[in-house]
Amino acid sequence: MAKRVGIEVSIAVSEAVKLARAEVIPAYPITPQTHIVEHLSEIIANGDLDAEFIPVESEHAAMSCCCGSAAAGARTFTSSSSQGLSLMSEILYIPSTMRLPIVMVLANRALSAPISIWNDHQDVMVQRDIGWIQTFAENGQEAVDLTLHAFRVAEDRRVSLPMIVNIDGFTLSHMIEPIELPDQEEVDKYLPPFKPRRRLDPRKPITMGPVGIPEVYTEAKVAHDQALKASRKIILKAWQEFADIFGRQYNPVEEYRTEDAEIMLVTMGSISETAMTAVDKMRDEGKKVGLLKLRLWRPFPSLEFRRIAKSAKVLGVIDRCLPPGAVCGPVGEEIRSLFYKVPGAPKVFNFIAGLGGRDVTVERFEEMADKAAAYAKKRPKELYEVIGVREK
Amino acid sequence: MIPEFEKFKGFSAKNLPKEEPLAPGHRACQGCGEVLALRMVMKALGKNVIVCNATGCMEIISSPYPYTSWTVPWIHVAFENAASVASGVESAMKVLKRKGKIPKKHVDILAVGGDGATGDIGLQWISGAFERGHDFVYVCLDNEAYMNTGVQRSGCTPYGAMTTTSPPGKKSFGQVTWKKNVPAIAVAHNIPYVATASPAYFLDLMNKVKKAALVKGPAYVHIFSPCPTGWGSAGERSIEIAKLAVETKVFPLYEVIEGRYFMSRKISKPKPVEEYFKGQRRFRHLTEDHIEYIQRRVDAEYDKLVKLSEMA
Ligand SMILES: Cc1ncc(C[n+]2csc(CCOP(=O)(O)OP(=O)(O)O)c2C)c(N)n1
Ligand code: SF4
Ligand SMILES: [Mg+2]
Repeated sequence: MAKRVGIEVSIAVSEAVKLARAEVIPAYPITPQTHIVEHLSEIIANGDLDAEFIPVESEHAAMSCCCGSAAAGARTFTSSSSQGLSLMSEILYIPSTMRLPIVMVLANRALSAPISIWNDHQDVMVQRDIGWIQTFAENGQEAVDLTLHAFRVAEDRRVSLPMIVNIDGFTLSHMIEPIELPDQEEVDKYLPPFKPRRRLDPRKPITMGPVGIPEVYTEAKVAHDQALKASRKIILKAWQEFADIFGRQYNPVEEYRTEDAEIMLVTMGSISETAMTAVDKMRDEGKKVGLLKLRLWRPFPSLEFRRIAKSAKVLGVIDRCLPPGAVCGPVGEEIRSLFYKVPGAPKVFNFIAGLGGRDVTVERFEEMADKAAAYAKKRPKELYEVIGVREK
Repeated sequence: MIPEFEKFKGFSAKNLPKEEPLAPGHRACQGCGEVLALRMVMKALGKNVIVCNATGCMEIISSPYPYTSWTVPWIHVAFENAASVASGVESAMKVLKRKGKIPKKHVDILAVGGDGATGDIGLQWISGAFERGHDFVYVCLDNEAYMNTGVQRSGCTPYGAMTTTSPPGKKSFGQVTWKKNVPAIAVAHNIPYVATASPAYFLDLMNKVKKAALVKGPAYVHIFSPCPTGWGSAGERSIEIAKLAVETKVFPLYEVIEGRYFMSRKISKPKPVEEYFKGQRRFRHLTEDHIEYIQRRVDAEYDKLVKLSEMA
């Protein structure tokens, strides 16, 4: 029987990687991801997981090793954050178009300057277009479950794409939470051994990563886009099977008290927990506020999101990232375009909150819900507003 | 000494492998010394190999989709990271063998890149892979500049040479730095095998590549690769130029086995460097003073090497 234990989320994620029987783990330490790689090193050092840990000299090398390892046919995992993810950036686009399944857990953190080790989503948002499947975990249990789910989806031969599981740095990665770690037999049932479609093998030589001349480049990119969009079905199916085996159900967009809600806040990651408390409070006060939690970010769950959000009058989309000079935050922009010129669609306003570890409190969520309601009546000049900026 | 070497009799003109893991029909320039060297590398390694290629001339000319010159498994990811890709492949093979998922038989892993990919932008990735001790061969094909992007200088461009980013002018005589000693950097990692080679001495080249593959752990082979397009030399002279580089002591051939230096070819009657420069447009602007300086430094560098070999 799977047992529920009080455990730090980073440690639980490492245990999930062990349960997934990862085979090659190239990784480089960066706060707040360190506990994940430290614990995995320990698991391997103790002989509890038969895997190769590659203590690389940089994150760029970590991702490069991942490419080689996945191409050679091994189940491949890495973890990073912030500056480390940025250093990988050049390589991130490559395994996705080359269709190499790699699973990466990101402990999300702000980007320099100023240097900050604390949580927001800038690190992953600047990597929005790398062509990986991307999910966001709300709590420790989800971090574990989404990690197992990621291996299952990424390695599915119909998908064959790399996948990122985002967990908020510190506010999730370093929390001690009650988490149910599944049994090995159940995980084995859920996650069959990795059998790649193609791999580097002298008995069956293939050329991987050739030059894309103008006559083929567009087609290669279109094929990638189509594969990423088509992965949606497998992502959902793998969540359904997860529910069948483990009893926990996940959806691309999660609703909280959205029945008859006129205002819906949209969140990603661990702030959703505080957002729920805020929604409860506002509901008690008779405000028609609900919450949409975006679990799947890429491919964007347009169908589900439109279906659930269309009954709202106004959406208050919260971004954890401030792209300087842009019309609004990335999530806000995505959702605006989703509803652009759709008859009867809700109005969309964008809030930017929780940068570089700034707490997003219940009061802040109330403020955003109130502002969203006000802006629905009188349109503000800017499409976004940064919440909680100190005047002094 | 290295036990794996004992069984290896060496290649000779009579027992040259017939197979061509790098097939003809690629798009290299006429007389390209780099592709010739790579062909010999591949002949020495045979078909039981996985190749991780850095971005550069050799990658471009051999893989314009839907064509490929590679009859062995080959992967290209980016410019600076071939050693890391090879590390990943090697680690994957290791664990998959251990778990009985692939045959136990040894497969050689080759990472290959140009002098830019190796001595400049990729140095850190190579250093990491050498330090970790992955069992693979790194081959640097040194044509002494970034040729794929149009002949810009690299750290391996020789002193005085003209490139598009080290042009001679009123206030410049071309490349101002001495050629970076990348083999010495490899040696500093205490890896079991380092060698220099030249396509003009093709049996020596193939033997060294084979030894690099036989040795357990990382091995490094640095191969001089004339580039008629970048050097402004006649295509049919590539081998002759490669030979002159050795005969003038400009590019000495040696091995470093477990830290001990061995000269592969002692040059007792060296030709003057000027003879090597002739017919290469990149050196045409050099004055007598420059040539004299280069001659002195070439001799001194060679003497240092000989001293190292005498310590063996
Ligand atoms: C990160 C990065 N920077 C620059 C380039 C452009 N680039 C591609 S190949 C090359 C030069 C290759 O030189 P070298 O490694 O000596 O190989 P050669 O073409 O001379 O064989 C450069 C600068 C690149 N592809 N990636
Ligand atoms: S530019 Fe030089 S190295 Fe590149 S293919 Fe042509 S001759 Fe060979
Ligand atoms: Mg070069």
